[in-house]
Amino acid sequence: MARFSSLHDAVAEHIHDGDTVALEGFTHLIPFAAGQEIIRQRRKDLTLVRMTPDIIYDQLIGMGCARKLIFSWAGNPGAGSLHRFRDAVEHSVPHHLEIEEHSHAGMATRYQAGASGLPFGMLRGYAGTDLATITPTISWVTCPFTGENLAAVPALRPDVGVICAQQADRDGNVMMWGITGVQKEAVLASQRSIVLVEEVVDAFSPHTNGVVLPSWVVDDVCLVPSGSYPSYAQDYSQRASAFYSQWEPISKDCEKFLAWMDEHVLATSDHAEFLASLDPALLEDIND
Amino acid sequence: MTESPTREALKWTNDEMMTVAAARELTSGTVCFVGIGLPSTAANLARASHAPDVVLIYESGCIGAKPDRLPPSIGDGILSRTADAVVSVPEIFAYWLQAGRVDVGFLGAAQVDRFGNINTTVVGEYGSPQVRLPGAGGAPEIATSCSRVIITLRHSPRAMVEKLDFVTSVGHGDGGDFRARLGLPGRGPQAMITDLGVLRCEPESREFVLSSVHPGVEIPDVIEATGWALRVADDVSVTAPPTDGELHALRSFVGA
Repeated sequence: MARFSSLHDAVAEHIHDGDTVALEGFTHLIPFAAGQEIIRQRRKDLTLVRMTPDIIYDQLIGMGCARKLIFSWAGNPGAGSLHRFRDAVEHSVPHHLEIEEHSHAGMATRYQAGASGLPFGMLRGYAGTDLATITPTISWVTCPFTGENLAAVPALRPDVGVICAQQADRDGNVMMWGITGVQKEAVLASQRSIVLVEEVVDAFSPHTNGVVLPSWVVDDVCLVPSGSYPSYAQDYSQRASAFYSQWEPISKDCEKFLAWMDEHVLATSDHAEFLASLDPALLEDIND
Repeated sequence: MTESPTREALKWTNDEMMTVAAARELTSGTVCFVGIGLPSTAANLARASHAPDVVLIYESGCIGAKPDRLPPSIGDGILSRTADAVVSVPEIFAYWLQAGRVDVGFLGAAQVDRFGNINTTVVGEYGSPQVRLPGAGGAPEIATSCSRVIITLRHSPRAMVEKLDFVTSVGHGDGGDFRARLGLPGRGPQAMITDLGVLRCEPESREFVLSSVHPGVEIPDVIEATGWALRVADDVSVTAPPTDGELHALRSFVGA
């Protein structure tokens, strides 16, 4: 059964230096608060996994928490680059970052294999690309029935999977809806899991595309309102698009970045204090 | 070739012409895999103008999305709330894209070559890049499995190159029957829509050649803005200018 804990305690207990950690959220329900708590607790040498590393991964990389990144698309959608990620890859700032890159279909297949308890997954992809040359975790298998040559990718089995969901019930079952990405697979593929929720309710209501993870596949449930800020949590909050566009100049300048992280993350004790530290204009009009 | 109007006389920008030309590649009922940015604008313009029944699929799992404004991200609630179905990311790539249910894939590119191969990974050496780009995303399998691919990008010698620094997504490889030899199911890139004109894939060689120039653009301008020795089709034409209806629909979308 999942236990209810504070985000501080969940990160302290489950995420250790050197772990492989997947904070998933495919453009919606992104666990920003968990990433910032990892930074507060000064974790290091992490192998970070994410299909779409965005601002929170830029922060983790820029603060030196990551040794390696496994990913398929790293950007600040619609707003610019991840300059801390780029600085790490282009100039080893703050230190060398090992990268292992796939396509989205390849990453999704790897999570599915992990969630299924299989050693690898397969897909029709990568043929003719340079990805197949530079990424050692892309190989080939021949279908024993048709002879078709298919790409093979090893299962992802992170030490810890971290996601956001909209709700938990009192028993620690969690429910998410809207765009649910690869979050279910990330939890089921991981050895341990932390789920941040917007709200704890007595009973779930039906939702279109509602996905429920039973309490017994989740380790810790943390009540963190707006835990996915500045990303979306459908029916709770809209994307704070101004935050995304304002990130570009902060990320671009290493000094400015470190000062921002000091003020808003290291000097705050939790996510509520982080939100309170922001310009109130960044929190306007985000109710969904 | 018909007479081109001068730039000064035009009532639209090159980018608007590019978006309109890209939208015209879609017909009603086409199932289209859409990325954010120009592809999303073009696909939504098609839906708002000549192709109301175009089916838009976003890789976030939204199938049949009908947004009434341009979403800032593929995670936007306007996509999930207006979609016919919302599915997981493993499902969108496996059951829908890989299984061959998508007619058209719209792809952007940092670099493209004469055979429609795409680089969105690095500029320079992979191990020590001058510019690290976002990477593959959904593009490699979109390029593999969609029936056809349309590439949209702004024309420049730095983008339209003789040789890619990295092949992220495969077009026609080194040309000819490359795709058939690799067993790639889709027909690959068929059109390249830029802010200067439209390049189309030649049937045998699979090389992209200039098919039309946008109004106000001269053929030498396009050749100069292309990093490979661009060939010009014998029947090269001038792209039909945007109609008032297309411009109105586009501007009301972009402004929304």
